[in-house]
Amino acid sequence: MSRRRHSDDSDGESPGQPHKRRRTSEPSEIEERLESLICRVGEKSNSSLESNLEGLAGVLEADLPNYKSKILRILCTVARLLPEKLTVYTTLVGLLNARNYNFGGEFVEAMIRQLKECLKVNMYNEAVHLVRFLSDLVNCHVIAAPSMVAMFENFVSVTQEEDVPQVRCDWYMFAFLSSLPWVGKELYEKKDAEMDRLLSQTESYLKRRQKIHVPMLQVWTADKPHPQEEYLDCLWSQIQKLKKDRWQERHILRPYLAFDSVLCEALQHNLPPFTPPPHTEDSVYPMPRVIFRMFDYTDDPEGPVMPGSHSVERFVIEENLHCIIKSHWKERKTCAAQLLSYPGNNKIPLNYHIVEVIFAELFQLPSPPHIEVMYTTLLIELCKLQPGSLPQVLAQATEMLYMRLDTMNTTCVDRLNAFAKSHHILSFDRSDCLTQDLEKPKPKFVREVLEKCMRLSYHQRIIDIVPASFSVLSPANPVCIYKYGDESNRSLPGYTVALCLTIAIKNKASNDEIFSILKDVPNPNQDDDDGEGFTFNPLKIEVFVQTLLHLAAKSFSHSFSALAKFHEVFKTLAESDEGKLHVLRVVYEVWKNHPQMIAVLVDKMIRTQIVDCAAVANWIFSSELAHDFTRFYIWEILHSTIRKMNKHVLKIHKELEETKARLARQHKRRDSDDDDDDDDRSTDREDGPLEEQIERLQEKVESAQSEQKNLFLVIFQRFIMLLTEHLVRCETGGIDVFTPWYKSCIERLQQIFLQHHQIIQQYMVTLENLLFTAELDHHILAVFQQFCALQA
Amino acid sequence: MSSGGTLSILRSDSYAELSQYRDQHFRGTRYDQERLLRKSCTLYVGNLSFYTTEEQIHELFGKSGDIKKVIMGLDKVKKTACGFCFVEYYARGDAENAMRYINGTRLDDRIIRTDWDAGFKEGRQYGRGRSGGQVRDEYRQDYDAGRGGYGKTVQCQ
Repeated sequence: MSRRRHSDDSDGESPGQPHKRRRTSEPSEIEERLESLICRVGEKSNSSLESNLEGLAGVLEADLPNYKSKILRILCTVARLLPEKLTVYTTLVGLLNARNYNFGGEFVEAMIRQLKECLKVNMYNEAVHLVRFLSDLVNCHVIAAPSMVAMFENFVSVTQEEDVPQVRCDWYMFAFLSSLPWVGKELYEKKDAEMDRLLSQTESYLKRRQKIHVPMLQVWTADKPHPQEEYLDCLWSQIQKLKKDRWQERHILRPYLAFDSVLCEALQHNLPPFTPPPHTEDSVYPMPRVIFRMFDYTDDPEGPVMPGSHSVERFVIEENLHCIIKSHWKERKTCAAQLLSYPGNNKIPLNYHIVEVIFAELFQLPSPPHIEVMYTTLLIELCKLQPGSLPQVLAQATEMLYMRLDTMNTTCVDRLNAFAKSHHILSFDRSDCLTQDLEKPKPKFVREVLEKCMRLSYHQRIIDIVPASFSVLSPANPVCIYKYGDESNRSLPGYTVALCLTIAIKNKASNDEIFSILKDVPNPNQDDDDGEGFTFNPLKIEVFVQTLLHLAAKSFSHSFSALAKFHEVFKTLAESDEGKLHVLRVVYEVWKNHPQMIAVLVDKMIRTQIVDCAAVANWIFSSELAHDFTRFYIWEILHSTIRKMNKHVLKIHKELEETKARLARQHKRRDSDDDDDDDDRSTDREDGPLEEQIERLQEKVESAQSEQKNLFLVIFQRFIMLLTEHLVRCETGGIDVFTPWYKSCIERLQQIFLQHHQIIQQYMVTLENLLFTAELDHHILAVFQQFCALQA
Repeated sequence: MSSGGTLSILRSDSYAELSQYRDQHFRGTRYDQERLLRKSCTLYVGNLSFYTTEEQIHELFGKSGDIKKVIMGLDKVKKTACGFCFVEYYARGDAENAMRYINGTRLDDRIIRTDWDAGFKEGRQYGRGRSGGQVRDEYRQDYDAGRGGYGKTVQCQ
């Protein structure tokens, strides 16, 4: 394990100077040098890859007597973490094995140990890389083909296990199939009968496995122009085609071919029999995926031909590009450079593959592998490196995505929206959306993009650049609406109090003064005031909130200061659930033209506990917001609210764990220096405060978890009510259920499930018994069933 | 054991590292300053247009996570925006992502720059140039419409 950790050493080294070497012992420096040598092989170099590999094999062989375990560790790690350079490292291991048979054996053993460990701790993606590495070692004469086939036989037989989740069998199937592009030919040559048997078992498994989850994970609902296939189906088609082509595969770079004469002299090892570790309650397998495709060979008529969707080349290219992003996501320039230097770029339309892979990640459901903003910035870097060609591909891609908005999943439309404004989607001809109903995906999309653009610049700027004919899509001027503003409103109830408040606040009134002014506000819907005037009084809330927000309208900071200064008043007025809901309503009334302001105010109010998460959920589903229900900002607010709730639960949980740990350490300390054990009372005294704290925190955790569960239940309940209403209305009216509103709404429900699936899994029993029962309309129930299918 | 380790090249995170800049007005030792910088959730943002608003900053920097606070930099004399601000996140990881993906991108058509900040203290929202704005606007010779035109010294000529 390397001692040198990046950048967060608090060892007092002065910065600004390059990492000063401490007086480390030699071995650590040697290990770093070895790691560096091994990691850099295969990079751009003046010498050929073959001579670099040869040289490195010589160096490592010489170091084996002293540094064998370090070299083993490094090679196992690159096998696991640098899959994009798989064949470079299998060749290296092959050369080492040829020179030192024992080392080869030890390496294989270490790999098997590592594989078992990965499976035990649910590191399935890395485990696949290890399996692939092992299989390619067959090509390097390190592992005997029959023993690899035997391992695959054990993998495939997992599909015969009973009472295990499908996703478990899926993984073993995937590990087997996805290794075949590398080793299919060799295995088939040596053991064709066994391979045929395996392939036919594969076929029957794939036929019988259920695919209810697929619609939930597709980016587009349409099958044209490219079907969005389930990942195992796609891979199976690719392997079948490969077999039909007699396992001829020409894309993968295979440095070991150049060393054939050396390698085939080497003695091979047999893989020990590998039993897949059994399924346990703690096993968490990868979720199924849908393969995203947006390009085919027709999209780049000038350049090299894009490999077909069922070609194994397509699979390998995509895997490698995804791996490169996974390796270098923190370093955008390096990532861009590595993507663009993927080998074979004059035989494949690399720019198209890169753009497709990036969008595949951006649109991936449930969530992108990396933060969304990374992809935008990565594309900017790629365009900088290839200014003559990449921007055009990107423009082509954005255009295509826009054209196909009608069938795009709402969540993905959101992501495209966030991405689009950075890439001038407005520079294209969008006149087709003018003739459509404003709720349809395309005009809606343009409106949302324009609104986002406005957030990043100014309203006037947007008005200036949008042609007059498009003005219906322009965002509203984000000004506040103050109902007591005009003299003409003086007949409104509360008007005089509003004036009074305004003057008082401008004169820096205290919370108490505000309370006394508000005392005079009559309660429009109640006979029994409890004397203190603190029961739910919607008019009081209205007057106070309207006035305050209006006075603080200048900027976010002004509004936040106002919330902070009059926090006490807010808390009192919003004490009841109806109070909270009404505060949110008034905020909306005042700021409905400025969704961004609504979002930051709601965020602040949750954080300062003026409203709670359930109130926000109820508000979002309220009839007052029905008009804005499908707008992006509403869902931004809801998901942000859920995230805050989740983070809150995690935070308290962490506090609890830390306090428990402190208590444990305290016990340990006491036990270790326990010379005089007469005074038991003092130990109780010491433990007391910590134990109390733990009890308190335990309660806090339970209460937070219960609030969290309640939040989700409220949300699901409201969705069910809303959707059922729509379905019943359509049925009785004889109209088609599938309106733009319905599509948006049902996909938003799916989005809740997907985005918070880990937490929702905890509530499955409640959801099944209470909400998503068999009596529910099948349209709604289907969403729940798709969700259940994700980890079934 | 092996399945926990990683590789140096994969740990590289140059965008999130400390820069060479150290605030000369910081009260405390270099060591303290760097300790604060390494755990800070606050970023300094520079090269903004004078007209860039808090709302725009919020929208852009909100992409890497929830923002706790934005403090606009002000001309000490005029008390108007003078082209920089501080963005504080709730979580350091979100600030790191801003350093990785928002630093060096455009806002109001200007390439903005972010850097770690040891933490906002009252008074640090003011420019330190003699005329009230930022030091860089005192002496620069070029014309920059988004930053008050010519540099202050040039204007006074």
